[in-house]
Amino acid sequence: MKGLAFDVAHLLAGGLVLISFLLLYQTRLYALLNVFAAQAVVLSMSVAWQAYVQDANHLYVTALIAFAFKALIIPVALHRIIAELGIHRDVENVVGVGLTMLAGLALVALSEVVMLRVASEADALAREDLAFALSVVLLGMLMMVVRRNAVSMVVGFMSLENGLILAATGAKGMPLVVEISVAFSVLVALVVIGVFLFRITERFETVDAHALDRFRGDQR
Amino acid sequence: MTGLPNAAIVILALPAATAAMLAMLPSYRLSAALNVASAFVTFLASVSLLAAPPPPGAYILVDDLNVVFIVLNTFVGFTASVFSATYIAHEIETGRLTPTHLRFYHAMYQFLLFSMNLALVANNIGLMWVAIELATLTTVLMVGIYRTPESIEAAWKYFILGSVGVALALFGTILVYMAARPVVGEGVQGMLWTTLIDHAPAFEPQLLNLAFVLLLLGYGTKVGLAPLHAWLPDAHAEGPTPISAVLSGLLLNVALYAVLRFKLLLDANARAIAPGPLMVTLGLVSVVFAAFMLYGRRDVKRMFAYSSIEHMGVIVFAFGVGGPLANFAALLHMAMHSLTKSAIFYTVGQIAQVKGTQQMADIRGLTVTHPLLGWSLVFGVFAIVGLPPMGVFMSEFLIVSSTFERAPWLALPLAFGLLIALGALILRLQGMAFGAPTGSTEPAKASAAPIIAHFALVLMAGVYLPSPLVTWFQHVAGMLR
Repeated sequence: MKGLAFDVAHLLAGGLVLISFLLLYQTRLYALLNVFAAQAVVLSMSVAWQAYVQDANHLYVTALIAFAFKALIIPVALHRIIAELGIHRDVENVVGVGLTMLAGLALVALSEVVMLRVASEADALAREDLAFALSVVLLGMLMMVVRRNAVSMVVGFMSLENGLILAATGAKGMPLVVEISVAFSVLVALVVIGVFLFRITERFETVDAHALDRFRGDQR
Repeated sequence: MTGLPNAAIVILALPAATAAMLAMLPSYRLSAALNVASAFVTFLASVSLLAAPPPPGAYILVDDLNVVFIVLNTFVGFTASVFSATYIAHEIETGRLTPTHLRFYHAMYQFLLFSMNLALVANNIGLMWVAIELATLTTVLMVGIYRTPESIEAAWKYFILGSVGVALALFGTILVYMAARPVVGEGVQGMLWTTLIDHAPAFEPQLLNLAFVLLLLGYGTKVGLAPLHAWLPDAHAEGPTPISAVLSGLLLNVALYAVLRFKLLLDANARAIAPGPLMVTLGLVSVVFAAFMLYGRRDVKRMFAYSSIEHMGVIVFAFGVGGPLANFAALLHMAMHSLTKSAIFYTVGQIAQVKGTQQMADIRGLTVTHPLLGWSLVFGVFAIVGLPPMGVFMSEFLIVSSTFERAPWLALPLAFGLLIALGALILRLQGMAFGAPTGSTEPAKASAAPIIAHFALVLMAGVYLPSPLVTWFQHVAGMLR
């Protein structure tokens, strides 16, 4: 049983990292959302598995929140926003896909090296969970850096958050996990509402120096 | 407890209840009055914490370190509410805000005070994280309240950077729990300050190191340390001025407090890395970077936002240097900076209202057109750049001299940064205060009382610090090592 518990947790956490890579090279917004929904499904399975293994019933709540909110509500809402704002074209990456993937590999290697060395005394399950979680967090940050489009930045942030939830549920017996996941959901909901209300479609970056001056309030 | 309610509960429950009430009150005059009254009672309750701190509980901890932050927080929260009451009436007249916005604004103001107080008194690192996240969200909403493209951009930038910072801090928090779990066992004990600090020497040092780096970067984003500061100038410049004052004077301190708490954990563990050098580096980079950035500014609120980055850099640097004297000076500097900078923002907010612009090029000759505001600005700038006899001079002098004592080569770049900043601010001040007068000569409507009260305290601290206060600060500085 111990072996199975470990293997399944490992499989699901590894699945999250894999999907983070899939997110990195999606060039169409709708596909990006579908992949993100898949990641949320894997996350909720992973959390539910932890709940079962650790015999921690409150984690089922977190799993349910992850599933309902991030696999269903948010992707559907973002689909509608994209249709409404008319931005369902290809995503512009600041950096090329090949380079992004290489950077992603480097980040995963970094987090494995750091976490496996650092947490050598912690038990194997928690240690590998943390290493995977840090990879997902770093890949999410990478995605926020290389994308220009506000919707894909939001998706990057949410996948970063998936990594955090993975870490929090992997830390056995950690209190306040449910509260923290609720607090994060509020945050994400507000970002999505913000994108919709203010029609933020691009990161406010432009090569037009005059526009930059205006944004900085430093115009002469 | 006896008949009196626990003061720590009051400083949480009162702002939360007021926020709920303000969300329903339609009249903005009444809301503003209620806002001031509630902030004042909260301040009184926090002062009573000095006399009778409640015993540490599972969620609430009031000790000698955070009580300094709490009193400062509620005091500036109160004076900012007084300023806000008069400031906001003018915004209604000019049509920049509608009564519906104001209802939202007042409710958010009290909610912000609640979440900051919660972050300060939380005994649980998870609860503290949730509180700081709530404070971030609240300020994001308030920064974007004018709904101009610039303010929405500022809010969005703050949101994204703040969220990433908060996310990193959560990862760090989880790692602290992981480090504590083998020692203190599973469950809530692994997240209580009081337990963590007692058992810190036995924690696994490498996990703790990684946790501190993540926490320093995460909460450091909220402190506004360079190179993580990008949100700060926009958020200060585009939001309503009372919020700029609260951001600079209080929210940065709250994030700093979080960093300090985790620094204590690392200090207690002999095998972990020393947190000092990391803080010294980030602090110095912030001071020197912000000092140079001050020169190119044309927007007055943005300039003082960079000055806040500089001063937070000085404070983090001093805490990083460590030792009783530097810690004492850092705490003093934190208090002085909060008081001075928020008073400067009160002044600048009124100036921007009477002149109708935040561009320094269009603000000229204030000492002629608005003597009170003009001379307040002169006094504020002199105080913030650290000219004697004001309080900031004393704390900066102590920081530089204690650095000379412990690490002389570090004092040079610090003093260099401070001088560069002094030059920039004095340069800009000349035109604004003494240039040929331009623009409206209409008298200012907002109250000058909060400005005068803050400056009086800053001046008094520079000339004479009461000895009980000195003993108190020294005691806290001793706690920090």
